[in-house]
Amino acid sequence: MAELTIRDALNEALREEIIRDEDVFIMGEEVAEYDGAYKVTRGLWKEFGDKRVIDTPITELGFAAVGVGAAMAGLRPVIEFMTMNFSVLASDQIINHAAKMLYMSDGQFNVPIVFRGPNGSAYQVSSQHSQAFEAFYANFPGLKVVMPSTAADAKGLLKSAIRDDNPVMFLEQERMYGLKSEVPEDDDFTIPLGVADVKREGTDCTVVARSMTVPLAMQAAEQMQSENDVSVEVIDPRTIKPLDIDTIVESVKKTNRLVIAEESHSFASVGAEISHQVMEHAFDYLDAPIKRISTAEAPMPYAKNLEELALPDVPKIVEGIKEVCYL
Amino acid sequence: MSKTTTRKKSTTKKKTSSPNGSGNAEGVTDVVDVEQAKAEYDKRRKSQIGAIKKLDKDLLREMLYQMVLGRVFEQKCAEVYRIGKIGGFCHLYIGQEAIAVGVQMALEERDYVIGSYRDHVQAMVQGISPEAVLAELYGRAGGNVGGKGGSMHMFSKEKNFFGGHGIVGGQIGVATGMAFAQKYKETGGVTVCYFGEAAVNQGIFHESLNMAELWNLPVIYICENNKYGMGTSQTRAMSISSIAKKAEGYAMEGEFVDGMDVMAVRDATERAVKRARDESRPTLLEIRAYRFMGHSMSDPGKYRTTEEIKKYQERDPIALFQDSLKDAKVFNDKDFEEILEKAKAKTQEAVEFAENSPLPDESELYTGIYA
Repeated sequence: MAELTIRDALNEALREEIIRDEDVFIMGEEVAEYDGAYKVTRGLWKEFGDKRVIDTPITELGFAAVGVGAAMAGLRPVIEFMTMNFSVLASDQIINHAAKMLYMSDGQFNVPIVFRGPNGSAYQVSSQHSQAFEAFYANFPGLKVVMPSTAADAKGLLKSAIRDDNPVMFLEQERMYGLKSEVPEDDDFTIPLGVADVKREGTDCTVVARSMTVPLAMQAAEQMQSENDVSVEVIDPRTIKPLDIDTIVESVKKTNRLVIAEESHSFASVGAEISHQVMEHAFDYLDAPIKRISTAEAPMPYAKNLEELALPDVPKIVEGIKEVCYL
Repeated sequence: MSKTTTRKKSTTKKKTSSPNGSGNAEGVTDVVDVEQAKAEYDKRRKSQIGAIKKLDKDLLREMLYQMVLGRVFEQKCAEVYRIGKIGGFCHLYIGQEAIAVGVQMALEERDYVIGSYRDHVQAMVQGISPEAVLAELYGRAGGNVGGKGGSMHMFSKEKNFFGGHGIVGGQIGVATGMAFAQKYKETGGVTVCYFGEAAVNQGIFHESLNMAELWNLPVIYICENNKYGMGTSQTRAMSISSIAKKAEGYAMEGEFVDGMDVMAVRDATERAVKRARDESRPTLLEIRAYRFMGHSMSDPGKYRTTEEIKKYQERDPIALFQDSLKDAKVFNDKDFEEILEKAKAKTQEAVEFAENSPLPDESELYTGIYA
């Protein structure tokens, strides 16, 4: 095991896959000579050169399309968006082209491509740089959506995403790039897509969290244990689509209580979907209404106090747990 | 691609030229008017007939057959659409046959083709059978994509036909990526991308041309300018009339081509293919065309006059080619009759195949979503 930041774990995944498969290349704004806007691609251009690590003009729709066409013609592109907010410009290629190509062509043309970059809020970057897009992309059949929360998950899932034969939206979090955790030292370490991880075992309440809310949920769980003697189980689905609902349902059947913590707006969110599926599969096991902790139903404000108010945090998750436990 | 090859650029470029007779020494000439196109055609016709005489007779027969088949097939589509055999959208190619045939006859097997929703004839010229195309229009299991795509989405991996695409301009970017892959893998292949003139107003056109020239990609952008984006004429939608000239904005080669003249289309494509294959450089061809039918089968066509349509129909690409073949003494009326009958018989076979093909099995709803 090596202790790595999420940033370096992603970098290792890219590096290893570029070495492993000559059809893998990474393309995006500032990924090469500048070493990546958030340094995820640091050193790769120096090591692998212009063919494998390619700076693009600021032309999100254009380079997403180049990725889609290249993938149809047999390559495995990794397309970096400087932030997922910019992926909206490319959404025609992601949604109308990549997601539907296999189906429209009756199984002839698959699109093995990864679209990756930071998703959700950063530090006071305001409305146009803080959106969480997982619910948006998860709505379209044909796409997979992945959201890692630890360094090991980031590495293992990105490697699986690159090897996957489908278009994968790989959603990172800028606030988390510097978080460190243990990663297995194995060039072939992968984590399958579609498998949830129980980050903390517990018996009294389940918290389903993803990406940035996972470390928050872990802190909330510790606090509930020490202050209220409540044993909280924290589940990270890791892949939003396909969703490992079974692991969540099994946990709810054990704890009978569910809190969903997510960094996206609540309306039509992934949390809403999980809540519905739990109702379908474990309605009789619930001892309290499912509670969601989400980002405020407002565009992200700039002011620090308002931004904090808008986002999920440990106290809000603690309050949610207390609510479903009637404490 | 190395930085050194991608970044040497454009100061040494040749002047844009148009050796097929529709251009002049100063670069591209915008042949807007049908009368002007006719005059230019008459000027080059004599030398063209000489060129035809030197060509392989079987190739010429195949070119004419594909054009006639495209015409007869699309007429049949219109006929069966009207009696409800075909659902959804149905965009016909009637009047534009010289383009698909002239372009694709200049390609090799390793080359890629991608286009818009007006894709039936391009798919057939690429080798997808009329049976499979018509069964697809019927929404049947025997269709080219099993009834999942319909009129706008023909595909064949085997024939390197990368689709029929329904988002105006979307395929221009995809084509750029296909050419990127050909260069990356050093296949020596080139990509041909069809789109209409209205797609030129989409951002993806400009984003794609910029990258293709910046990175020296072996792609040929073929704008089939049929003058109308649905019911909106180009003059009401574009601030300039010369699409080929837009290539200059990206330091790319651009050329006008008379889309009613299959030989001119073939010649221009051969030049562009050579540039792409030998120099890995892109080209924008603006091929002036005219669709004799509406935008789709649901188009009442009230935005253009009968006189205008008639004027263009006088330059019917099939009739022009037949006249030249006759004057070159390659084929006579009897040959034309035979070719027409063969196309009609093939189309009839397609109808019978489509009529007898079963509906897709209900289990197909959920196949092919993920690989």
